Amino acid sequence: MTEVTTGSSADRRTAAATSPAPLIATAAEGGAHVEFVGVTRSFGQTRALDGLTVDIAPGELLALLGPSGCGKTTALRVLAGFEHADAGQVMVDGRDVIAVPARKRDMGMVFQSYSLFPTMTALDNVAYGLRLRKQSGPVRRHAAQELLDMVGLAPQAKRYPHQMSGGQQQRVALARALAIEPRVLLLDEPLSALDAKVRIALRDQIRALQQRLGTTTLFVTHDQEEALSMADRVGVMRNGRLEQVASPTELYTQPATPFVAEFVGTMNRIPGQTADQQVMVLGSTVPFTGPPEARGVVDVLVRPEGLAVTPDRNGDAIVTSHSFRGAVTRLGVQLSGDSAVWVDLSSDAASTITPGDPVRVTLTATRVLVDVPQ
Amino acid sequence: MVADVTAPELGLRGIATELNTPPRTRARSRARSIGRGNVTHIIVLTLTAVYFLLPLYAAGKFALTVDGHFSWAGLKGISKQDGFKDAFVLSFKLALVTTLISLALMVPTAVLVHLRFPNLRRFFDGLTLLPIVIPPVVLIVGVLQVAPQKLKGTPYLLALEYVVLAMPFMYRSLDAGLRSFDLRTIVDASRSLGGGWLSTLWHVLLPNLRSAVLSGVVLTVALVLGEYTMATLDQYTTFPVWIVYNDQSSSQTSVAASLLALLVTWLVLIIIAAFGGQRRGRGNREEA
Repeated sequence: MTEVTTGSSADRRTAAATSPAPLIATAAEGGAHVEFVGVTRSFGQTRALDGLTVDIAPGELLALLGPSGCGKTTALRVLAGFEHADAGQVMVDGRDVIAVPARKRDMGMVFQSYSLFPTMTALDNVAYGLRLRKQSGPVRRHAAQELLDMVGLAPQAKRYPHQMSGGQQQRVALARALAIEPRVLLLDEPLSALDAKVRIALRDQIRALQQRLGTTTLFVTHDQEEALSMADRVGVMRNGRLEQVASPTELYTQPATPFVAEFVGTMNRIPGQTADQQVMVLGSTVPFTGPPEARGVVDVLVRPEGLAVTPDRNGDAIVTSHSFRGAVTRLGVQLSGDSAVWVDLSSDAASTITPGDPVRVTLTATRVLVDVPQ
Repeated sequence: MVADVTAPELGLRGIATELNTPPRTRARSRARSIGRGNVTHIIVLTLTAVYFLLPLYAAGKFALTVDGHFSWAGLKGISKQDGFKDAFVLSFKLALVTTLISLALMVPTAVLVHLRFPNLRRFFDGLTLLPIVIPPVVLIVGVLQVAPQKLKGTPYLLALEYVVLAMPFMYRSLDAGLRSFDLRTIVDASRSLGGGWLSTLWHVLLPNLRSAVLSGVVLTVALVLGEYTMATLDQYTTFPVWIVYNDQSSSQTSVAASLLALLVTWLVLIIIAAFGGQRRGRGNREEA
């Protein structure tokens, strides 16, 4: 790593002596403000986007999260200009870009599949956008070298895509997307083809770069961990609509709908009974939110950390599994009746509990979400 | 056990086994395995070589023998024959024009079919068979019906007909090339970086399609240089037609000319292939 930095600094000095000021310095000059306003897009009978409305603040990283087919990639492709919208507006800095062709939108994109041009070296790939912008050879080579340095791949500048690993290729693709000083950076599941270790490292690198450059970024993923760890805000999509847009913490702690609650993190369903604004569950009565049709006998949605377990010889629940996860231990508990729940307990407290022990499960959450029983 | 494994079956496991086998056993087993495998291979290759090379040998022997002795007289006599040069030049002009028209038509078509109209791929697969199964006479009648009047008096009308004949070879070469990489993603990447259709085609697609284009060009040139039926029916003396005419007066020179044509065609194909290789080398160095 040290070697990379040293070498590239020398390169930069050499290049700086013969080239104009680095292009990359200007990339940090504020990101664009992006708005989707009632965007609709259908493919035959399937409505991929159903009146999508969301805005992305300048410099923000918004992740669109959802199962496959929820419309998240279509949203990104509409913003990129690869798909047209049947209705609605896509505004960038207050200007509707729907009629602007993709090549004139200045949006850098990193694709899910490896998208480097196979017959070009890493350097040529990164310099390609600048070549199209009629930058002179020395300027574009200097900028490309600087960007490769930024993603830690200066030594690989002369390598062809087939000579690089998947992670390296995606880093070059990121450098290539950033080379054109994009108004918006579009990331279409760029990490999904990589193995777990590379994925985590690259995730952190992308986020650090994005924050450093201040580029407004739309990130599409089906991986909740990726979305929650990288994004300023996460939009959960379902059937072409946004279920909720919120910060990762809010999304996890205050999911707006049962779908969001169950898509993000682990969620227990426990039978309960509503009365007025309260729901009775596990012997407690707490306020609730949820769809209007969920009244009377309902499923109460509670996170594993929203429950507590205490050893009790007369308890009506039985511990069925015990899974150590570092600071916390996750217990599987069979409640009376058919329902089973996960409960997260500090590993200290859980050390005295073993599978087969009778326990009592209580609610610690002070507000819950309810849904129609499933 | 090891000795029973034949050469082609020696994968990594075989190599590992070999490394752990004592030298004498290894040598013996290799001798046995290579022996068995090689006999079959040699038989197959010899049969194929005999099948294709025997007619060439016979033609060469016939062309280069005078009174039972080897002689270059047959080859030397070609250039003195009436009409040789014109026919030879005409065939090469037609090859060039046909190749250019084919590339100009088929590269954008194949790219569009793959990118925008994937449903048409099956239709095109069928369409490319038509020039092969439809007799040349029928094709000529069709072309004559629609060809511009100005072209009807020139041999370049043949080039238009040859484009139809070469279409299956050109399209299928390009089709195979376009399937070998993720076309849509690469085109989208180029467009997002500011590439228009022409710059994407020139900078991104053609370099990736180089071997496919080369293969299409080689097949087209070979087809044009050897086409006889259409040229005869259109009454133009291309090189193959000249060979047949000439065969009636001097069969030895005619066969020698056929051999010469074969050699020249190979030479042209080698030049085309070398040209493609050189371009790639230059392209790589340009930005590095």
